[in-house]
Amino acid sequence: MRGLCIPLRWAHRLALLAVLFFAPALAGAQQAGRTPHPEVPKASGGQCVAEKDFMRKNHMKLLNHQRDETVHDGLRPADRSLKACIACHAVPGADGRPVTVADPKHFCRACHDYVAVKVDCFECHASRPDAADRKAALPLPMGHGDVARIGDYLKEIAR
Amino acid sequence: MTAPSQASCQCGKPSGGCASARPQGTRRDFLKDAAGFASATLAPGVTLMAFGDTAQARAPNEKVSAKTRWGMLIDTTKCADGCTACVTACSTENGWKDTGHPETDAQWIRKVTLRNPRNGATRALPVMCQHCASPPCVDVCPTGASFKRADGIVLVDKHLCIGCRYCMMACPYNARSFIHEALEDQKPHAPRGKGTVESCTLCVHRVDAGRAPACVEACGSAGHKAMLFGDLNDPKSEIARAVAEAPVSQIRADLGVDPGVMYRGI
Repeated sequence: MRGLCIPLRWAHRLALLAVLFFAPALAGAQQAGRTPHPEVPKASGGQCVAEKDFMRKNHMKLLNHQRDETVHDGLRPADRSLKACIACHAVPGADGRPVTVADPKHFCRACHDYVAVKVDCFECHASRPDAADRKAALPLPMGHGDVARIGDYLKEIAR
Repeated sequence: MTAPSQASCQCGKPSGGCASARPQGTRRDFLKDAAGFASATLAPGVTLMAFGDTAQARAPNEKVSAKTRWGMLIDTTKCADGCTACVTACSTENGWKDTGHPETDAQWIRKVTLRNPRNGATRALPVMCQHCASPPCVDVCPTGASFKRADGIVLVDKHLCIGCRYCMMACPYNARSFIHEALEDQKPHAPRGKGTVESCTLCVHRVDAGRAPACVEACGSAGHKAMLFGDLNDPKSEIARAVAEAPVSQIRADLGVDPGVMYRGI
């Protein structure tokens, strides 16, 4: 009796664990269709300055820190520049030019609208890159053998 | 904004080089233009060399330091009456423009005409933020937004500016403007926004990249070469040598604010 009891207790615990593990997943699967998620546009450049998860949590800290260093100390590292962020994350609009923050498809707005956090950056800063910045942000697709991508690239830099 | 404002000058010096009536199409003109072109192509190289040492000395991760003092020398005898190349270049570079409200429109640089009432002689000169060594705008700013960078460039940190406009009242050169209207499509390198004060930045984004300000470049391209930019602290720089070899004047030098923008011929 005692020999039976122990596996039963384990089974009970295992069942409890299984429920704990899978319940959220099940609930998520049920609600996936009903929960709105932001549609985050893909960046056009290569590697971001940090991992995606880090950037999602900390991009505002990097920008705040960098702005003081740039304005007061004249430090303008290429990998910590709002201009570079804007150039790489530009979203082309209907007219081919990158959209401004007035458009809900703008990269920053995609998430900021979702979480209802207002950003003041674009009251002064340009929310879309100029042609030169855009060109600098586009990675050269040579060596991939992808004719369509090279065509897209040429079209993009011609704008 | 390009209309010259009348100011009287008590210096009593005769007007020498403001001749606006240049003969057109003469052989001399051609040679002058050719020389202008040569200097235009030469000018960026010269300027780069003049402050290239300092720019190279500052590594990308090195902060600006007081070893450098950026300054400008404007030769009013070479500044052509009616020429507004510097004003146009500044406007294009930094994105400020005439919106039809002359009382409130931003104006980072303007051409001022001085007239000697005794003999009617005139001098035209560009006036912008004078980048003082002891800037009154910085003294009065309640938030620390108005500041002088270690290398002498006087700026507004718009992240801190609350738009109180004390600095505009304190500035003896009327160099600052307030932005009254919401703006869009600013230049990526020159952020400007409603509710903040702004002025000439000495094209700080270009200086940090080792280039001369837009007005200086435009003046060279227009063939006048009236504006010289460089490091006043570097005795080898073109501007320091020019300042050392002949007298220069600062506008309202009596105030003791020691402007980094200097003039010759007024």
